Amino acid sequence: MSGHSHVRNGLPVILIAGWVCLACAIRAQEPSPGALPPAIQTMIDTTAPIAEPVVLRIAPPALLAAVDAPNDAGKAIDLSWTVSPDDRVDGGVTAYRVYRSKEEGNGFVRIAELAAGTVAYSDRVQQEDSAEEEAPPPDAAAPAVPTADESHPFEIGVPYYYRVAAVDTTGYEAFSATAGPVRSIPQWYHSGKTPVLVLVLVFFVLVVVLIQMAKIRGADMYIRPIAGISEIDNAIGRATEMGRPILYVMGLGAPEEIATIASYTILARVARKTAEYRTNLLVPCNEPIVMTIAQETVKNAYMEAGHPDLYSDNMVFFVTSMQFAYVAAVNGLMLRERTATNCYFGKFYAESLLLSEAGNIAGSIQVAGTDEVAQLPFFVTTCDYTLIGEELYAASAYLGRDPLLLGALKAQDYIKAIVMLVIFLGVILISFGNEIILNLVTVNL
Amino acid sequence: MLKRQLPMLIVSIVGLIMTIQYFIPHPFSETIYNYALDWLIIIGIFAMPLGIYSMVHIHVQKVARKQTGWGYSVVALLGLFVMLALGWTPDCLKDGTFFMRLFEFVYIPIQATMFSLLAFYITSAAYRAFRARNILATIVLVSAIIVMLGRIPIGEAISPHIPEVADWIMNVPNMAAQRSIMIGLGLGAAAIAMKIVLGIERSYMGMD
Repeated sequence: MSGHSHVRNGLPVILIAGWVCLACAIRAQEPSPGALPPAIQTMIDTTAPIAEPVVLRIAPPALLAAVDAPNDAGKAIDLSWTVSPDDRVDGGVTAYRVYRSKEEGNGFVRIAELAAGTVAYSDRVQQEDSAEEEAPPPDAAAPAVPTADESHPFEIGVPYYYRVAAVDTTGYEAFSATAGPVRSIPQWYHSGKTPVLVLVLVFFVLVVVLIQMAKIRGADMYIRPIAGISEIDNAIGRATEMGRPILYVMGLGAPEEIATIASYTILARVARKTAEYRTNLLVPCNEPIVMTIAQETVKNAYMEAGHPDLYSDNMVFFVTSMQFAYVAAVNGLMLRERTATNCYFGKFYAESLLLSEAGNIAGSIQVAGTDEVAQLPFFVTTCDYTLIGEELYAASAYLGRDPLLLGALKAQDYIKAIVMLVIFLGVILISFGNEIILNLVTVNL
Repeated sequence: MLKRQLPMLIVSIVGLIMTIQYFIPHPFSETIYNYALDWLIIIGIFAMPLGIYSMVHIHVQKVARKQTGWGYSVVALLGLFVMLALGWTPDCLKDGTFFMRLFEFVYIPIQATMFSLLAFYITSAAYRAFRARNILATIVLVSAIIVMLGRIPIGEAISPHIPEVADWIMNVPNMAAQRSIMIGLGLGAAAIAMKIVLGIERSYMGMD
C-alpha cells in the first residue's frame, strides 16, 4: 500500500523529469552554425503541461545553384536558390545566411546575411571602395545589405562550396544542400556588349566605304549647312572691322574629351582666319594640357596662313583650373579688352551662362557649341548662334571640307538613320508584345 | 616625319588597344585601362608647371608694361605666391591656420559670389528667351509657364491638371528632344574616336 502510494506520489515527478529530459534532448539536437541540421523539423506539442518555449522549425531553401559570374574579370560567383516554404509575410524565415567553404563537408564560414525573400547573392572580390558603391538605397523595403566576412576574402580561381541557411526567430538555421565546387574564371570576351561590337563594326565598315566614295566624288558630297559654323567667318570679319580682339573659350573639359578635341578643330579654323585678317586672338585656358595643345594648334594655323611672325604664346594662356575663378578672369577679359566676338566651343557647366550673359551684356557677337545638354538652353538664349550637340563634333568636316572627314560624317548620318529605323521598329514591335528588337539591342553591362 | 607620323601611330595603336579592351573583362584588360588612367594623371601633373609658367609670364608682362588692368595682375600674382608659400608651412591644412583662413574666408566667399550671379543671369536670360516673338518662342513661353506653375503649390491650387501637364511636358517632349541629342552625341563621339584611330582627325595634335 505504502509502496503503491509511493509510486502514485512519484508519478508527477517522473513526468516532469521526463519533460525536462525531452526539452534538453531537443535543445541538444539544435545544430551549431555550419553543421548540417535535419531537413525539416516542425515540433509543436500542445499537450505540454509546463510553459516550455514552443520551438518552430523551418524548411531550408532549395535548388541552390552556384555558377561563375558571366562577363567579368573572374571576381564573382553567382548564387541563386528558391525561398524556403516558410518564408512568408506572417513569420517563419527572418533571414538567409550564405556560407562558403573550400571543402565540401566542413570549414564553412558565413559570408553574408540577407533579408527574407532574397533569392540570389553574388559572392565577389571586395573592392576597396565597395563600402561606398554598395551602400544601401534609402528604401526601407529594400533587402538587407550583404555583410561579407572580411576575414575570409573571395579568391579568384579557388574552387568553393556554398550553402544557404534559412534563419528563424530563434536563430535556428535550416541548411540547403551544398552547391559546388565552382570557381570563378576571368573572361576574355564580354558577350553582353555584343550589340555594341556589332554597331562599331558596322560603323567602321560604313566609314571606310564612304571615305572611299568621298575620295572619288571629292568635296562635292552634300551636307546640310549649319548656320553657326558658317557664321564664324562673318564674326571674325566683324571683329576685324571693329579692330577688337576675338575671344575663344574652350570650356572646362579635359584634353581627352571629345568636345575639347572638336574645339581644337574650330580653333584651328578661327586662328587661320585671325592670322589672315591680322586680328588679335585671345584663348584663356582652364587646363595646362589643353593650353599646350591649343598653343600648338594656333601656332600651326598661323604658319599655314603664312604669318608665323604674328603668333605669340601670349595669345593662348593658362588662367586657372578653378571654375568660378576662371569665369571671373574671362569675364574681366571680355569687359577690359571689349572683345568683338566670343566663341565658346567645348565642355561647359554652370559657367556657360555666366560667361555668355556677360558677353551679351558687353555687346559681343557670340557663337557657342557644347555637348552638355543641360547647358544648351543657356547658350541658345544668350548667343547669336549655337551648335547643338553633334554639330560641334561635325564642325571639323564642315570647316575643312576634307573628303575623308566628309565621308566619316556621312557614315555618322547613315548610322543615325539605322538607329532611327531600329527605334521605330522596336517601338512598333514592343507595342504588340514582341521583344525581339529589345533583346537584340540590350547591352548587359 | 617623326613629328607627324610617330604621334599618329602611337595614337592609333593606343586607340585600337583601348577599343578592344572595352570588350574584354579579363584582369589583364583592366590593368591596361588603369595604366592608361595613371598615365593621364602623370602627364597632367607634369603639365601643371607649364600652366603656372604661362600664367606668371602673362601677368609679369602686364605689370612690367603697365598694361590696362595691371593692378589685377599684381593681385593675381600675390594670390598665387602667398598661397604657394603658405601651402609649404607644416600643418597648413589644419583648422585655424592662416592658409585655411584665407581659403575659408576669402576664396570660398568670392567663389560663392560668382556662383550667386547665376541666379540673376538666369532671370535676365529667361526674360529674353520667353519673349513671344514668333510661334516657336510662344510655345516655349507657354510651356515654361505651365512647367513653372506645375512646380509650385499655386499651380495645383489653380488646377490639379497643371502639375500633370508640367510632368508630361518634362517627361515626353522634353525627354524626347534630350534623347535625340544624346543619341546624336553618342554617334558623333564614336565617329570622332574612329577618325582619330584611323588618323583622319589630327586637330588634337595641332595639325589640320
